[in-house]
Amino acid sequence: MQRSFLQRFSIVGLYLWGFRISVLLIVVWGSFGTFQAGCPSVFTLCAFKSRYSADVWLDLLVYGLSQGSVYALIALGYTMVYGILRMINFAHGDVFMAGAYTAYYLAAAFGRAGFLNRHPLLSLAAVLALAMITAMSIALVLERVAYRPLRRAPRLIPLISAIGASFFIEYAFRGFFGSGFQAYPEWQIFKGEWAIAGVGILRTQAVVIVAAVALMVVLYGFVMRTKTGTAMRAVSEDLEVASLMGIDVDRVIVITFGIGGAAAGAAGVLYALVFKQVHFFMGFFPGIKAFTAAVLGGIGNIPGAMLGGVFLGIFESMGPILILEGLRVPGIYPGGIPAPYQLKDVIAFTMLVMVLIFRPSGILGERLATKKA
Amino acid sequence: MALLELENVHVYYGNIHALKGISIQVEEGEVVAMLGANGAGKTTTLRTISGLLRPREGRVHLRGESIDTMPPHVIVHKGVGHAPEGRRIFARLTVEENLMMGAYARADPHGIKEDLDRVFALFPRLKERISQVAGTLSGGEQQMLAIGRALMARPRILLLDEPSMGLAPVLVEQIFETLKTINTQGTTILLVEQNAYMALTIAARGYVLQTGEIALSGKAAELQANEEVRRAYLGG
Ligand SMILES: Nc1ncnc2c1ncn2[C@@H]1O[C@H](COP(=O)(O)OP(=O)(O)OP(=O)(O)O)[C@@H](O)[C@H]1O
Ligand SMILES: [Mg+2]
Repeated sequence: MQRSFLQRFSIVGLYLWGFRISVLLIVVWGSFGTFQAGCPSVFTLCAFKSRYSADVWLDLLVYGLSQGSVYALIALGYTMVYGILRMINFAHGDVFMAGAYTAYYLAAAFGRAGFLNRHPLLSLAAVLALAMITAMSIALVLERVAYRPLRRAPRLIPLISAIGASFFIEYAFRGFFGSGFQAYPEWQIFKGEWAIAGVGILRTQAVVIVAAVALMVVLYGFVMRTKTGTAMRAVSEDLEVASLMGIDVDRVIVITFGIGGAAAGAAGVLYALVFKQVHFFMGFFPGIKAFTAAVLGGIGNIPGAMLGGVFLGIFESMGPILILEGLRVPGIYPGGIPAPYQLKDVIAFTMLVMVLIFRPSGILGERLATKKA
Repeated sequence: MALLELENVHVYYGNIHALKGISIQVEEGEVVAMLGANGAGKTTTLRTISGLLRPREGRVHLRGESIDTMPPHVIVHKGVGHAPEGRRIFARLTVEENLMMGAYARADPHGIKEDLDRVFALFPRLKERISQVAGTLSGGEQQMLAIGRALMARPRILLLDEPSMGLAPVLVEQIFETLKTINTQGTTILLVEQNAYMALTIAARGYVLQTGEIALSGKAAELQANEEVRRAYLGG
């Protein structure tokens, strides 16, 4: 009795509650400040009439969606590999980079030949295909060389191997292709906006969203509907019993890495469409963001990874302005935090920490800590 | 030639000598029981046959072919079905998906359909719950699913690890009835049980394991009559 009393009111518990409440207060105070800026009285809310019109919010939403669907595509690889091997493939972000970077050379060649604008869809499909094949191959080599020999080693060992592999891929690309940024060629027809239902939407973002969603639908269908997909789910539940069913577990693991790699490669091209450049280190942040998304949705859970990615993308794009810009800190930032957009990464990683502390199982997942530890 | 033959098998967990030279034979068409106290090595024996564990010494033969170096999924292909201890059905898959995973190694849709019908005839409850998520089945239904799933590979020999565990007596009887049917339909069974009484009613022969060694073996009737067995496993 006494013990449980102490447990419930421990210092750490109090601290965590304080943390929760202050985050909540910051969010509420900041959003209130944003919506209420420019209103005649402190007590009237006049959202959308203030500095940001509905159009701006919509743009942010669409941008968040396109970012989020890229995160979601990468997050699938983290989550599927975790589901089967209970291992975080920290080199996955670099698989993403490798796909985008390699396909850059094809896109640039297409650009020089004028093929890019003569056959925009065909060339985009070819660039995507090359990125997917490259990323898949690298993921497969990674599995074979860096992870499979360590399958029976303590759990920390493959993680160290993954970090080593990550550096290896990054610096191999740096060595071969230099440390500068390469400008991704642009497709003429993806410039500007499309009017969809009377609203202007940036074409690149529309392309990214459509392509990412299409890939995710295909992938989800594969996992849920095919025999191999069912075997993947069986292996992720109980690897040993799956082998007693006649499932070649090694083969399923290879397929998992392959699919995750291909999705990351495609995500790489989509990312480059938006940011218009590639760089040997470009995989690091999207990789960690996608990992955050996977944790957010519940690591090991495929729909969770998709949901987590989209959620993170939207939160990251709308959060800074929604929460931070109106956050008036008396004495320091009386008019709200300046240039809040610079802080979007802070928001994303605060979210990661919050999820790990308060809901380690994620939105859709099971308990992270108790599972096959 | 015996269908399954273990020859002087030694298995270790690290330094723990779990099986100390086990020799077992199962003939085509038989039901053979394997009895023994907790920790005697029954589960270890079945896992060794299935390739989940490797003998450090000794051999495992299936119809004369040595299978002790093959990976588990190949051994399944050779005709060994295994319903493991504690059921271990795929809780997040549906009943149907579980059964289809049982047939994973096969490529004869027609035969698979036949066996699916056979499993549903043996366990009508499973048919009613075909699209239910397996984790929500009752304990008895999960055991039926575990046995049905192992049957879907159309094994020559079915290894069953304590199918009666945690089930009500009525259900235990029902499961053993079904095992008899499965056997008469042509599947050889190696049955590990704590419930020695029930096991010896359907088995023709039995082995008694004690701390990794075979302490006794013989016809079911002989074992049932044996003083030691009666005292240790039959409660009298
Ligand atoms: N993974 C393991 N690591 C170490 N020792 C093990 C392991 N599994 C089993 N053992 C040991 O091997 C011996 C045989 O275990 P086994 O599980 O085969 O017994 P059993 O006859 O199936 O018992 P029960 O009736 O309780 O299921 C036991 O002493 C057990 O402690
Ligand atoms: Mg056992």
